[in-house]
Amino acid sequence: MKAIEYVYAARAKGRCTSLDFISNIFTDFIELHGDRRFADDKAIVGGLARFGNMTVTVIGIEKGQDTRSRIDRNFGSAHPEGYRKALRLMKQAEKFRRPVICFVDTSGAYCGIGAEERGQGQAISENIMEMMDLKTPIISILIGEGGSGGALALAVANEVWMLEKAVYSVISPEGCASILYKDPKMAEKAAEDLKLTSDDMLKFGVVDKIISESPRNITFHIIRNELSSALRRLCALSGEELAEQRYKRYRVLGSHGTV
Amino acid sequence: MFQFRKPRNELELILRNGNKRTPSIPDEMFTYCPSCKKAILTDELADNANICSHCGYHFYINARMRIHLTVDKDSFTELDSEMQSINVIGFPGYEMKLQSAKLASSENEAVITGICTIAGVRCAIFVMEGKFMMGSMGTVVGEKITRLFETATEQKLPVVGFTVSGGARMQEGILSLMQMAKTNGAVSRHGKSRLLYIAVLTNPTTGGVTASFAMAGDIILSEPDALICFAGPRVIAQTTSQKLPSGFQKAEFLLQKGFIDAIVRRDELRNVIGKLLMMHS
Repeated sequence: MKAIEYVYAARAKGRCTSLDFISNIFTDFIELHGDRRFADDKAIVGGLARFGNMTVTVIGIEKGQDTRSRIDRNFGSAHPEGYRKALRLMKQAEKFRRPVICFVDTSGAYCGIGAEERGQGQAISENIMEMMDLKTPIISILIGEGGSGGALALAVANEVWMLEKAVYSVISPEGCASILYKDPKMAEKAAEDLKLTSDDMLKFGVVDKIISESPRNITFHIIRNELSSALRRLCALSGEELAEQRYKRYRVLGSHGTV
Repeated sequence: MFQFRKPRNELELILRNGNKRTPSIPDEMFTYCPSCKKAILTDELADNANICSHCGYHFYINARMRIHLTVDKDSFTELDSEMQSINVIGFPGYEMKLQSAKLASSENEAVITGICTIAGVRCAIFVMEGKFMMGSMGTVVGEKITRLFETATEQKLPVVGFTVSGGARMQEGILSLMQMAKTNGAVSRHGKSRLLYIAVLTNPTTGGVTASFAMAGDIILSEPDALICFAGPRVIAQTTSQKLPSGFQKAEFLLQKGFIDAIVRRDELRNVIGKLLMMHS
């Protein structure tokens, strides 16, 4: 499969969205809304759920599943208030010492006048910084598109997993092609050059695990199994140890002489 | 026929003037201000920290000049100056880009880091270099800034950082994105040690740098009229076809929206930073 085919697969209609994962992996999901500052951003869903006999905080970037809900959810491109809602829920998870599980699927943080005037850059920066130091386990799963800073703002975690056909990139192949090759039609080459597939991510150490995309029920089953062993592992660590492990995980990425 | 427009080439000029030589002024003697369009003596501009003496427009200055303008004389010791990028993801043509960036900027990478004193206060400093691939952040920029914050945390030093950046460096793919997490992790640890970080945003500060350490300062200053954004104005205009308000994403706009602490003229910066450092020492 070519890199661009992974990109198309990651964007394909009918692909499972965050809400599918949340409803199939957890039970008793209760959605919690709003950033307490400006608004409730529907591009990000978050709340509480049960995983076995454990309460967890789940947060996902939601693209929507049909035309109406896609528009409603701004096609999964979050505004600053979305990231601030996510951060609020993560701080709440830290307070009650419950793990955070994030599902990431976005072409990127929304770019528009409102997003900029409410501090998109600041919101993403703050999320990254706070997640780096959060004293509770974080697991992020890239389920579709991992679009740049908008994806990273929910993907600073103790473990990052990735679905086989998901992609993770600093810029969209189309964006890269139009900037570097001055031709958006060169996206296929850009996708190849950017090295954005799950295999590439595993090789770079950016993700820890690839989840194979078998029939969806089996994929959910795999994630449930992986989550239960990962949470057992991570919940045995203290808050300080978790933050330390997370820091070291990112510290070695692209450290000089090791790549 | 062509008297009413500027001569297109030398031949046309000679035809028109009948080969009369007009006294010529060397181009480099004057610089034209892009803001007020007036001419400024180039030498005068350099003496005035590259600020237009007519309208106060802040011209680009390079990182070495910035250090010179900011730190106490002879107090700067550079760190990791030899660290150089390699083609980490095998991106086609990246080596060539790096070579020409080195030539264009006379630097090894898009950031200079070191230890210095400002107004007598010892501190760590980083200054990004806009002429090196538009100050984009790849693994070396991320690593140097991370190391600087780690050193500052160890030695209990405040950090002063000047940003100018086009964002994350595409040619290093996902690893450049990861630098946002790496640097902010180090900034966070520095902050948890109750140490001061002053970020000074200069024109332009965008993308992945805005969305990481630029916006993570305890105190965020900016030069007048600097473009500070996550997504650039052109991208927004293209993707949303919204009409952008005037002054959108300029420092003054961010001040009004509450995202920066103060706008400080370049010739005042050293003074203001010095005072802020003293208030925390």
